[in-house]
Amino acid sequence: MSKLRHTDVEVGTEIPERTFTVRRLDLVRYAGASGDFNPIHWNERFAKSVGLPDVIAHGMFTMAQAARLVTDWTGDPGAVVDYSVRFSAPVVVPDDDEGAEIVVGGTVKKKHDDGTVTVALTARSGGAKVLARSTAVVRLA
Amino acid sequence: MAINPDYVGREYRAPEAYEVTRVKIREFAEAVGDPSPVHTDPAAAKAAGYADVVAPPTFPVILGMAGSAQAIADPGLGVDFSRVVHGDEGFHYSRPVVAGDVLDTVTRITDVKALGGNELLTLETVATDASGEHVVTAGMMLVVRGE
Repeated sequence: MSKLRHTDVEVGTEIPERTFTVRRLDLVRYAGASGDFNPIHWNERFAKSVGLPDVIAHGMFTMAQAARLVTDWTGDPGAVVDYSVRFSAPVVVPDDDEGAEIVVGGTVKKKHDDGTVTVALTARSGGAKVLARSTAVVRLA
Repeated sequence: MAINPDYVGREYRAPEAYEVTRVKIREFAEAVGDPSPVHTDPAAAKAAGYADVVAPPTFPVILGMAGSAQAIADPGLGVDFSRVVHGDEGFHYSRPVVAGDVLDTVTRITDVKALGGNELLTLETVATDASGEHVVTAGMMLVVRGE
């Protein structure tokens, strides 16, 4: 896998937007893999009983998709130094075959002298901004 | 039910070290749909300069589970888990997590506050390797939604 070089990017370089799909099955699988079995992520009856519109995706599932946007772009999943997000709205996942879509994008905000760059990330789902104040600092080749 | 602010600073240590395995990294990478071979193929990981397969960037959320579960279950802290949603998350890496790592984790309550009818609980988990070196810190803010 070729790795993106620090000299290949500038402040303002955009990572093309990508769309990721999330279905109920993805949430069940993520629950098992992560150990987060909060029923709001798989049980519609429970989710509605606590005032949510429907089952919602794990925030960490969305965070993982935004990470993929960055690591597929850099070509090095081990080169993430800092990564933080705020979950500003839930990703609501209906009980159907289409699921929900998460659209993620990124822009290089800073280049640092130590070979890293700061990428600002965005994510939307169902018309809502689901990530806010989201940045990744990644080391480039 | 209110979260007890006197618990800020309290620590919850995982009862045993977390052994990072190839199988768990593969399971997690597949669950988030990440097809990079450095998560699943030791030869690809070595070719990329790593000792073994590399965990996806958000994998350390698992490392915080043991401590945060203890905190949430602590009756003195007073978290109503049925009202919890995830507010924010952040990872600060000293190095990537790779298969073969044996990681000790300590989770500390770093902040408790009320905001707009909700309560916010912030937890920080520090993972260190078998030689005592820092690997990653995972910060997590949980929102306990008001009725």
